[in-house]
Formats: sequence, C-alpha cells, structure tokens
Amino acid sequence: MGLEEKLPSGFLLTTVEQVVGFVRKSSMWPATFGLACCAIEMMSAGGPRFDIARFGMERFSATPRQADLMIVAGRVSQKMAPVLRQIYDQMAEPKWVIAMGVCASSGGMFNNYAIVQGVDHIVPVDIYLPGCPPRPEMLLDAVLKLHDKVQNTKLGAHREREIEEIEQRKLRTLPLVQRTEGVTP
Amino acid sequence: MLDWLDPVKGFGVTFTTMFKKVPTVEYPEVKAPTMPRFHGRHQLNRWPDGLEKCIGCELCAWACPADAIYVEGGDNTEEERYSPGERYGRVYQINYLRCILCGLCIEACPTRALTMTNEYELADDDRESLIYTKEQLLAPLLPGMEAPPHPMRLGDTEEEYYRMGREQPEAAVSGASADKDSEAAR
Repeated sequence: MGLEEKLPSGFLLTTVEQVVGFVRKSSMWPATFGLACCAIEMMSAGGPRFDIARFGMERFSATPRQADLMIVAGRVSQKMAPVLRQIYDQMAEPKWVIAMGVCASSGGMFNNYAIVQGVDHIVPVDIYLPGCPPRPEMLLDAVLKLHDKVQNTKLGAHREREIEEIEQRKLRTLPLVQRTEGVTP
Repeated sequence: MLDWLDPVKGFGVTFTTMFKKVPTVEYPEVKAPTMPRFHGRHQLNRWPDGLEKCIGCELCAWACPADAIYVEGGDNTEEERYSPGERYGRVYQINYLRCILCGLCIEACPTRALTMTNEYELADDDRESLIYTKEQLLAPLLPGMEAPPHPMRLGDTEEEYYRMGREQPEAAVSGASADKDSEAAR
C-alpha cells in the first residue's frame, strides 16, 4: 500500500500515534492524591520494594501542574469532591485518572451520604482498580494496563472517530441484569 | 583535623550499597506467589462430577458488608440439574467495585461453594466488566468433570451423593466410574 511495502526488511517503521503513545506512557508523573488507607499502598508502590520509578514514574508530583496521572487513593467525601475536581482541572492535558481501591471506584462498603459513590461522578476515570486496599502489585498492574491504553490511543480525527464508535457501542449494550435474565447459566 | 575525610566516608556508603542485594520485586516479569490464604478473586467450586456446589441460598449476599453479591436461586428439575438437591444459583454476580475481599461470604457459605483464589490482577477500564458473572466465577472443569446440567453421578440419593463426593479425590473421578463405584458400594 504505502512506503513500508517497498522498503527492505529490517527498517523500523512506526506511526506518529505509536510514537506519541510511547512517549506519553514512558514518563507519566503521578500526582499525590492519597486520601485514606489506599495511600499507604500507593506510598509503598513508590518505595524501593515495588519501585514505581521502573515505569517512568520518577516521582510523585506534589503540584498538579506537573502531573499527568491522578491516582485517587481512598474514599472521597462530599467535602473533598470539589477539591478533587480542582486538582484535576489544574493538571495539564493530557491527563489520566486511576480510581484506586473500591471506595474511589464505586464507594465500596461506604454506601452512605458522606462518601461520593465513585469518583467518576466528578472526574473521568481511565482505570478502575478494585481491592481494599489493593496491594502494590495490583497498582502496578493497573498502571501497566493504563500504559497499554495510552500506547494505543489514537490522535486527532482518528480519536474522535474512536470515541464515537465507543459511544455507539455503549449505547447498544444492555445492562448486565437484563442480559442475564433470559439466559440460564 | 580529619574533616577532609568526611566526603570520602559519604561515598563509602554509596560504594557499599552497590554490593547489597536489591530488594525490588520484578513484578510484571516475575510474579511472586502470594501468601496461601491471600484474599483474591472468588471462585465457585464444583463437585467431582461437575455439578455446582452453590445452592443459591444467598447467605453470602446477606453476609456481605458492602452488598457486592447478587444471587438469584432457581429450582433444579430431574431433566435440568445444576447442583445436587433442590436449588441452585441461577444468577450469581459479584461486583468487584464494591467487594472489599474480606472473606465474610466464604465464612457464610454452608456448602463451601464459594472460596477465594490468589488471583489479584483485577484492574479494568470499564465498570461493567468488573461485575463478574457466574460463568467467570465458576471453577474450570477438571478432567472427569462434566458441564452441568446433568443428573447426579456420585449417588442416587442426596446423602449418598454427598458422602461419595467427599470420599473421592477431586481430580481422579470420572462420571462413569463414580456410577460403578456407587453400585459396588451398594
């Protein structure tokens, strides 16, 4: 089709999207957003045993303006919600969010009026990480899954088309309860 | 007097560190096994002939402090049997966005149908795919097991079935030989 078919083998060809994805994922600085017990596991992931710096996350940025990834570690109370949103808004694009732990993902066992039932009510979440609290390996696993997602993100018009496709697919799918209703397992 | 030696001492610490063992785990490449009783993803177990152990009693759902488990029971019939006894879990869902992996459901389970595995890599980018359905939670069919629905292979009455099921080693039993054994025992 294009140039790549006329070249002899051994040439390293790639697309701009792949290069941009690789660059973005290789140096992704997390913002510290430890709110509860999950923060201890997040700190442990930053320590020498689990060493998140192996994945290009050299340091946990204390300022949101130099951070690319917000790891929401812990339950978000209603009072903390506007602060969380402000931190997210202060981060520079492109930015990603990991909801670490069940409390950040869906409210977890705190199904009450004080806790936001999932941070996706406030900010768009890229990876949900269950566990109470998830062990550092689980956080590393979530980070690697996010890396994979970032690597394969499209750009510009392609990205818009991708978003449209995902939207249409989501609109067509039935809720899980309705899907399993007629089917005997 | 010997103040000029201080920087050298400082580098001495750096130098000796080079010969120390590195404590960093090599996580994605080398997955260190967890503790044997680690609370990971759940599993719905089977009897040695492949029938499900879950009887759809919903005790796990009642024990759950986070309301993460959803169970709908169904009635077994002679033509369509999923578990020994009267009832089976027709719908079984665990919402891992709510589940805190505390293990209270395991303690509540009267038939030891629900146990936990050591699997912990659960992260996903979709809320819906983190609600695990029964097909995802059921234990894989070991050799000798037969996918339900099928009649009870380990004995004709329930009492006989449960006794045979406990005495047979889990992996070695095949449906046909279990039938013969039960006849011989009679």
